[in-house]
Amino acid sequence: MIVTLRLSTMSPPTSPILSVQPTRGLVDEKLKVVVESLPPGSPVTLHSLHHSEDEDYWEAFGHYVSDFRGMVSVSEDLSFGGTYTGKEDMGLLWSMRPVPGSRKGLRLRKMNVCSPMLHNISVYSGHVSEGFREQTPLTSVLVERWYMAPGVKRIDIMEKGVRGTLFIPPGPGPFPGLLDMWGGGGGLIEYRSALLASHGYVSLAMDYFNSQELESADLEFKYFETAFNIIKEHPQVIPDRVGMFGLSLGSLVTMHVAAESTIVKPRCCICVSGSHFYPRDRTIKEVIMEPRSNSHRLRIDENNHHVWRDMWIHLLDDPSKKVDVGKINCPILLVNGKDDQNVPADECAEDIALLMNAAGNGHLLSRVLYPDTGHLIEPPYSPHFRASNFKAAGVATKTVMLLWGGQTKPHSDAQEDAWRKILSFLQHNLYSSTPPRAKL
Amino acid sequence: CSAPLKTPSRLKQCIVKLFVQPSRGLVDEKFIILVQKAPPGYQLTVHALHKCEDGHSWEAFGHYISNAIGTVNVSEDPSLGGTYSGVEQMGLLWSLRPVPGSKPGLRLRKMNVQIPMEVTISVYQGHQTEGFMDQVPLASVVVERWYMAPGVSRIPITEDGLTATLFLPPGPGPFPGLLDLWGGGGQLVEYRASLLASHGIASLALDYLTPKITMETRKMVDLQYFEKAYKILEQHPQVHGSSIGMLGLSLGTSITLKMAAYSEVMKLRCAVCISGSHVQPVDGSMEDILKNADRTRVSEENEFIWRDLLLPVPSDLAFKVDMGRLKCPLLVVVGEDDQNWPASESAMDMKEMMEQAGNSHLLTVLSYPNAGHLIEPPYTPHARASLFRSMATREKMMALWGGETAAHSLAQEDAWRKLLVFLRENLYSGTNPGTPSLSHL
Repeated sequence: MIVTLRLSTMSPPTSPILSVQPTRGLVDEKLKVVVESLPPGSPVTLHSLHHSEDEDYWEAFGHYVSDFRGMVSVSEDLSFGGTYTGKEDMGLLWSMRPVPGSRKGLRLRKMNVCSPMLHNISVYSGHVSEGFREQTPLTSVLVERWYMAPGVKRIDIMEKGVRGTLFIPPGPGPFPGLLDMWGGGGGLIEYRSALLASHGYVSLAMDYFNSQELESADLEFKYFETAFNIIKEHPQVIPDRVGMFGLSLGSLVTMHVAAESTIVKPRCCICVSGSHFYPRDRTIKEVIMEPRSNSHRLRIDENNHHVWRDMWIHLLDDPSKKVDVGKINCPILLVNGKDDQNVPADECAEDIALLMNAAGNGHLLSRVLYPDTGHLIEPPYSPHFRASNFKAAGVATKTVMLLWGGQTKPHSDAQEDAWRKILSFLQHNLYSSTPPRAKL
Repeated sequence: CSAPLKTPSRLKQCIVKLFVQPSRGLVDEKFIILVQKAPPGYQLTVHALHKCEDGHSWEAFGHYISNAIGTVNVSEDPSLGGTYSGVEQMGLLWSLRPVPGSKPGLRLRKMNVQIPMEVTISVYQGHQTEGFMDQVPLASVVVERWYMAPGVSRIPITEDGLTATLFLPPGPGPFPGLLDLWGGGGQLVEYRASLLASHGIASLALDYLTPKITMETRKMVDLQYFEKAYKILEQHPQVHGSSIGMLGLSLGTSITLKMAAYSEVMKLRCAVCISGSHVQPVDGSMEDILKNADRTRVSEENEFIWRDLLLPVPSDLAFKVDMGRLKCPLLVVVGEDDQNWPASESAMDMKEMMEQAGNSHLLTVLSYPNAGHLIEPPYTPHARASLFRSMATREKMMALWGGETAAHSLAQEDAWRKLLVFLRENLYSGTNPGTPSLSHL
């Protein structure tokens, strides 16, 4: 509980002035945080607080010292302690973690993209590391972070059995399109699609779990082809400029469709943290169940976290258990973390490269691999979770703590770098008027 | 519109891209508009469209030619024609005017500050001057312009018979305070107060001509009304009681100067007077101060001009505020083409009075050539004349405010920046060296 003090001195307030620019920005925009009118050479703590949709509190903070003018500039000065150190202009966002006393295994994800994420950025006197709620900051501002730019339209899609949300950029179009797929957690996750639409792509976030239609492999394949065509046939979409974007299981689906579909021709593919293990003629459910039959390969680490990484390795030697990547005929970008504990992304990327080179389409492949980076490579400046609670959708399993991997600072750097590379890859392949080339 | 929309032909394949940064900004923030991926050396029109709360449409546009790599940067490239010309980063906002066919005498004012102004910025092929609504643009984006920063609280104030709104900045406070007064048009106008709160000043927008109490009793408020408003601020737990200023425009200046010079209750830390005068019956009531609106003069276009009513500036001290009594810093902002009040002449007289009294070190005068009466927060459209309902005559008439659009807009931008610096310097402690950075404005 914050106690407000009433100052009754006669002199004007000496509270420092905090300015954060922009106060309303997109989640992938950088913040400029400046504090002025501090006493010169004084230690201060910059703190950021977020109250999530799940009612948890997340915080980050850095320890600074003001200069001779009484100023601190987060983009230029160094943090000497806190949840991040060094010169980190976005540390107040990416280093956020649940406040002490929170439930375990939390993950921060925005489900309602029509409202912004709110962050309270505050300045505290001294180098504070705990008990922020019991103290009154010197000053604070509220910052909005949006996944949706103004003018982006959000449309519920319930068409031909496909369930999802379509995001359309403002303007007459036509625009390139993207089919956007998340991983095995299921549900309808909209934020990346909303952000992609804010960058000029008509994006369909797909809900491909919990759907009654997904029973046989054949029907399931058609589900993705139908979804792709919904985008392609939209009056504001350029029909031959539709790509696919997947993370984790979504990557796998992307590669599978790109390789095997005779109807759907993606212009380009982005596969984040994906493997290429897709036993032919099996359904998605069965693909998820595959590890269950290899439960002897499941490892549980010293923190009781489930490590799935090694459960798949043996599939590398069996061609019938892998997507026939030699048949992919569009540029494909693989984004992976070397410390991915969920999927052996590194080994898979190597194998994919080998297979594609052997098939003669290796020139279409680009891959980036980030050190100390885990499985959940998300849009930039979102917090990193080395492990979190996970319940596979559509399968009768209990909730476990799944290890994703990655160390916070390198993982956050990877997210920032990967997003820039992803946007530039999309810009080149979907917006450029010259025929696309694979290499970045 | 039933006519088929004209779609630009082969240009479509280039997929022109348009960026505006920030896409959500405060009204006084600058934005950067970039057009990319156009053919090199191509003629383009950048257009802004805004539908205001009254349902009227406003537009502005500039003519550009893309460079060798097909880019137009509105903050660096000159507009070759349109509603503004030259290098004008914010021209698409300050040169907004009602679309052809609109009724005359419109003025753009935001009454609901809790939602933003939405402006659609578009790029059209060629150098167009009309018929924008009948064409499909090459690209367009939506930009939000806010009068309220996130976290600013809006608190209606009705105690003590006041009709007012208090805007508190986010954070624990305490904050300096400000009484914000508009002019003879009355109503509770909130946008300047909410913008000032977005800059860290707890601001109270006060309706003193058409408050509830006047509408019910048919009686004008007395001067204690303003002192009550001051007390509300002074006693607020999040306001620093000894750091309260006052800002008035037009008729609001008359009140501000009166209070600053004569009130025993108000201990103002500083005052800002925009487009107003110190000429008023010194012992007069609110009604006396208002009676000035009786004497008018009509221009050629049937626009009423008020400025002569107070001229010449009297030498009789019974008819003007004794400026020698001022004890706090005063910022006076005037437009030299003000057709409504003789602000310029008044400012000169105020200066003389203060020089004679020995307190002229408190005075700063900002005088802008070719600027008119309505010196408002920056990047909002200029109205040289508009329909105005005078409180004195209760009639709606066309008032001539004056000012030439480009010069007036420049004045607004400069005056606002200087006003913020003035308020910061006087309402916050001045012990730390260096002025706070307002470079993003």
